[in-house]
Amino acid sequence: MGEHNIRNFSINFGPQHPAAHGVLRLVLELDGEIVERVDPHIGLLHRGTEKLIEYKTYVQANPYFDRLDYVAPMNQEHAYCMAVERLLGIEVPRRAQLIRVLFSEIGRLLSHLLNVTTQAMDVGALTPPLWGFEEREKLMIFYERISGSRMHANYFRPGGVNMDIQPELIDDIEAFCDPFLKVLDDLDTLVIGNRIFKQRNVDIGVLTLDDCWAWGFSGPLVRSCGVAWDLRKSQPYECYEEMEFDIPVGKNGDNYDRQVIRMEEMRQSVRIMRQCLTKLRAPDGQGPVTTLDGKVAPPSRKDMKRSMEALIHHFKLYTEGFHVPAGEVYTAVEAPKGEFGVYLVSDGTNKPYRCKIRAPGFAHLQAMDFMCRGHMLADVAGILGSIDIVFGEVDR
Amino acid sequence: MSAELQALSDHIASSLGEAVTDRTIAFGELTIVVRGQDIVRAVTFLRDDPQCRFVCFIDICGADYPAREKRFDVVYHFLAPHHNRRIRVKVETDEATPVPSVISVFPAANWFEREAYDLYGILFSGHPDLRRILTDYGFEGFPLRKDFPMTGFVEVRYDEAQGRVVYEPVKLNQEFRNFDFLSPWEGTDYVLPGDEKAKA
Repeated sequence: MGEHNIRNFSINFGPQHPAAHGVLRLVLELDGEIVERVDPHIGLLHRGTEKLIEYKTYVQANPYFDRLDYVAPMNQEHAYCMAVERLLGIEVPRRAQLIRVLFSEIGRLLSHLLNVTTQAMDVGALTPPLWGFEEREKLMIFYERISGSRMHANYFRPGGVNMDIQPELIDDIEAFCDPFLKVLDDLDTLVIGNRIFKQRNVDIGVLTLDDCWAWGFSGPLVRSCGVAWDLRKSQPYECYEEMEFDIPVGKNGDNYDRQVIRMEEMRQSVRIMRQCLTKLRAPDGQGPVTTLDGKVAPPSRKDMKRSMEALIHHFKLYTEGFHVPAGEVYTAVEAPKGEFGVYLVSDGTNKPYRCKIRAPGFAHLQAMDFMCRGHMLADVAGILGSIDIVFGEVDR
Repeated sequence: MSAELQALSDHIASSLGEAVTDRTIAFGELTIVVRGQDIVRAVTFLRDDPQCRFVCFIDICGADYPAREKRFDVVYHFLAPHHNRRIRVKVETDEATPVPSVISVFPAANWFEREAYDLYGILFSGHPDLRRILTDYGFEGFPLRKDFPMTGFVEVRYDEAQGRVVYEPVKLNQEFRNFDFLSPWEGTDYVLPGDEKAKA
């Protein structure tokens, strides 16, 4: 075979591929086993969420956010609720803030457990996902007990949360914490300490900090480059200010650092959850779980049955919905995958005029070409796993 | 916070000169409106100026205001991690006028500009690869424009006989119903016919 027979290969990775984390189609151009160019084709899960939201009232739009990053649903709702609250200029009661933080951290556990363990699967280990999913199942039961749904919770509402948390649930979440830390230690030994996992991830997909900013990265990708940038600390929202936790940072900016950071973030999340539980039991953690503004939050079921005014409010809120003053805001939360933002434009009516969803995965995925160039074909799956993609939020 | 933003806003306005056509601070957020042809210069300034340092790219999106002469807004969001500040930059444009692409300043703009093109039909000049991104291969129309119907124009199904997916015009048993709930809750300020006579 002469020299002239050597040519580049184009192959399709996905849309049905176990390591594509959903419906990603990557068109790869290969020189032998070296990746020359990556062209991700996305949009196979596009549902027109932003268009749909423009035709729904502010409360009806809330459930769409569960369906974006369906691995950590409540974190998305959080950004949206904060945007509506900022436009309305309402305060969230303290107990609601504590519950929100508690469930945001549970969402972080859900997301990181899935990501770390399935990335281990992408590079060849089948056991970690089974271990991780066992814990996720327990967390989803907490979701179900608080909201009635394992995934699509629709639990955070503009003004607070839907329902109060029961004391038994507080006890059960506390009972979950200690054994979970033990599981994390086991996972640490099984995944992070594993020789093959290290060989497949160390020094793969290396980023520098300048690249991170210019490419719009956030979350563990930025932190793997050694900067402690976390919106929970740097632009604190809700009651994160009073929580004690550390931000793990990496040194090398490679795949392996990102997974180590995610493991440590889970421990910090448990730490935050513990503080929330203590504060929820304390006397100053009692009180209403939603704003007392009757024009925004619906009345309780009991009031609705007895009071004419509450009945009228209930009817108006669930048909017309509340009106939001005209204006535009951008709010962001530190979702497990990075900065999840909502740019909300209101024209003063009961429906959002424009709602742009800024998903971290979108920015991360577009850098696949930049990150994979010059790597081996086998590393594509590893890099894809380490940037933590969920197609619900990329395609919207 | 507000004074700090005001100072920043003044600094940007004086440095960029007449490129900045409007600036506001609302809900604790700074918004500046920039002329379309100056956007690359403005974004480069925001990234490199020591007082700004908006080095972190956040978002680009479109927004549609059909009543205006220049119906589209292109909305840029940036973050300055060193100063812990955010900024919103807006450019107004219409269907025909392209906005200069900012890929040379932020490589991340690539997909976000493609998305704005895909959903709104906003054109970006100097973009190397302005293809559709989120919608289907061969999609027609710009779905997030306000004059695009929410139910769309075509639906797809798998056709057993032809053995492939076929596109057909949308057939709905019931039209999408957009109820008018905008009747006033807090009492009416409508002028009913004849009311003006009572006052006179």
